[in-house]
Amino acid sequence: MVRFILSRVGQTLAVLFTVSVIIFALMRMIPGDPVLMRLGDDFTQEAYTRLRHELGFDRSIVTQYLIWIRSVLAGDLGDSFLNQERVSTLVLDAFVPTLTLVVASVIVGILIAVPSGIVAAIRKDSAWDYGSMGFAIFVYSMPAFWKGIILIWIFSVYLGWFPAMGYVAPWADLSQSLWRLVLPAVTLGTFFSGLVARIIRSSLLEVLDQDYVKAARARGVRRAALVYKHALANALIPVVTVIGLQFGTLLGGAVLTETVFAIPGMGRLSVSAILNRDYSVVQGTILVGVFAVVVVNLLVDLLYAFLNPRIRVA
Amino acid sequence: MAEPLSADDRPLTAGDPGAGAAGAEVPAAARGGLRRGWRRFRRNPGAVFGLAVFLVIVAMAVLAPVLAPYDPIAQGVGKPFERPSTAHWAGTDSFGRDIMSRIIYGARVALVVGIVAVLLAMIIGVTLGLISGYYGGIVDTVIMRIMDGLFAFPIIILAIAMMAVMGFGVRNVIVAVAVGFIAPFARVTRGDVLAVKEEPYIEAARLAGVGSLAIIFRHVLPNVLAPIIVQGALRVSGAIITESGLSFLGLGPPPPTPAWGRMIAEGQSFIVMAPHVSTIPGIALMLAIVALNLLGDGVRDTLDPRMRR
Repeated sequence: MVRFILSRVGQTLAVLFTVSVIIFALMRMIPGDPVLMRLGDDFTQEAYTRLRHELGFDRSIVTQYLIWIRSVLAGDLGDSFLNQERVSTLVLDAFVPTLTLVVASVIVGILIAVPSGIVAAIRKDSAWDYGSMGFAIFVYSMPAFWKGIILIWIFSVYLGWFPAMGYVAPWADLSQSLWRLVLPAVTLGTFFSGLVARIIRSSLLEVLDQDYVKAARARGVRRAALVYKHALANALIPVVTVIGLQFGTLLGGAVLTETVFAIPGMGRLSVSAILNRDYSVVQGTILVGVFAVVVVNLLVDLLYAFLNPRIRVA
Repeated sequence: MAEPLSADDRPLTAGDPGAGAAGAEVPAAARGGLRRGWRRFRRNPGAVFGLAVFLVIVAMAVLAPVLAPYDPIAQGVGKPFERPSTAHWAGTDSFGRDIMSRIIYGARVALVVGIVAVLLAMIIGVTLGLISGYYGGIVDTVIMRIMDGLFAFPIIILAIAMMAVMGFGVRNVIVAVAVGFIAPFARVTRGDVLAVKEEPYIEAARLAGVGSLAIIFRHVLPNVLAPIIVQGALRVSGAIITESGLSFLGLGPPPPTPAWGRMIAEGQSFIVMAPHVSTIPGIALMLAIVALNLLGDGVRDTLDPRMRR
C-alpha cells in the first residue's frame, strides 16, 4: 500500500511538471511582446530594457520557467494585466463557485444514477431497463449549455419555480444558494448520471453473477437484501473511479454550465480574460483547473485502492 | 454508447491485433471482411439510424447553397423573432435571419471541424504512438509523459487555452479541438504497437533487412489500424461538442459565420420572448451528437466485436 501511494504520488508530480511546462510553453507562444503590452504606448528604450529585465525576459527560457514555477509554488500567479489584482485571488474567487457546482452536480448525478442503475440491472431487459438506459443516453447526449437553456425555459420562464441565474455562496445564505444551484446542478448532474447509471447497471449485473452472490441466493437471502447488502457495495466501487476520471469533463462542463447560468466561476473568468487579452489570468485559471483535475485523480485513485482490498493488501 | 468527452481512455486496443487486420494484407479477404462487416453493421438498428442521420447532415453541409431557402447571413429576410412558419421553417432570429438556413450552413462548420480535427489529431497522435511504441526507451518515455500532461487537460479547457494563444477563426478552432484528441490516439496506437512489435513477422522483416520506417508503416501500422479507426469514429462527436462549446463561449468561428453553438448562445437572451431561436439549433446539435455516438458504437462493434457491451 505504501509503495502504491508513493508511486502514484510520484506519477502525479511528473504529470504536474509536464502540465506546468505545457502551460508555460503555450503562454510563450502568444504572439506579441508582453513587455510592450505592459508599457502601453508611451515609453523610452531605457524603460523597455528595465521592465524586460524586471520581468526576466532577458534570461534563458529555462531560467524563465524556473522563476515562474518558483513563484507559482509560492502561490504567486502574478497580477492581472487589466486591473492589477492578484491573479491568485481572482482565480480562487472564481474556483469556489465552479467547484460548488461540480460537487452539487456529482450529488445530483448519483441521486439519479443509483436508483435508475439498480432498477435497470434488477429488471434487466424490461421496460424499466430500456427506459432508464434510454433516458441515460438522452441526457448524456444533450450539450450541457443547451440543456441548461431548456431547463431555464421550462422551470424559470414557464413554470417560474427556480431562478434563472446567479450565484450565492452556500455559507452566505444556504437556502438561497441551494435554490439557485438546482438548475445548474441538474444540468451538469444529469450528464454525469447518464454515465454513472450505465456503469452501475453493468457492474451490478457483473456482481450479481458472482459466486458469492449466487451462494447467498442459494441460502435463501431475499433479492432486495442481496442487492443492497451484498452486491451494491461492490458495484459502487467503479463509481468512485468514474468520479475521478470524469472530474476533468465535469470541470469542463461546469465552465459551460456556469456561463449559461451567469455563475461567476472559472469559465466566465477565463473567457473574459481571453477577450481582454489578460494572459496572466488565462494562465492562472488553466493552471489551477488542470492541477485540480490531476490532484482529484490522485485522491480518487488512493480512495479506490483503499476501498478495494485487492489493491489495499497488495 | 460512446463517451464523447470522456477523460478515460477506454482500452479499445484489446490484444490480438493480428485478428482485426487479417484483411489488410489480402485484398480478397478484405473485400469479404467488408461485406461481412457491413452485414454485422446493418443488424444494429442504432448504428443504421446513426449512419442515416450522419448522411443527412453531410448532405446538408455539401448541398447547403441548394437546400438553404435563404442566405444564412442576410439580415431582414423576415421580421425579427418570427415563429416557425411555412415561410421560415425554424423561424427567424433577432436580426431577422432565417434560422433554418443558418442551421443548414452550420452543419458545415460542425462537420468540417469535427472531422478535420479528428483526422489531424489522428495523424499526429498515431505517428507519435508508432514512434513511441516501436522505438521505446527514452523516446517513448518523453513522448508518453508529454501525452500524460496533455491528457490531464479537460478537452474544452485545453481548447480554450489554444484559442487564447492562436486567436479566432475556423482554422484555429480545428487546431484547438484537435490538440485535445492527440493523446488518446497516441496511447491507443502505442499500446497496440507494443503487442504487434513482438510478432514473428516483424522480427522476420527486421532480419530480412527491412528499414525501421518501412516496417513501421508497411507492417506495424496496418495491423494496428482497426482500433485507431474505431477511436476516430468515437471521437468525432466529442470534437463537435467541443467546437459547439467554444462557439457557445464566443470563442468559435467569428460571427456572422453560422455555428450551432453560437446560435444557441445568441438565442439565450431571447428565451422569454422567442424560445425557438435557441432551442431549435440545439435540436440539430443534439441529433448530430446522438447520431455520431450511435454510428461510432456501430463502427466499434463491427470492427471489434469483442468490445460489444
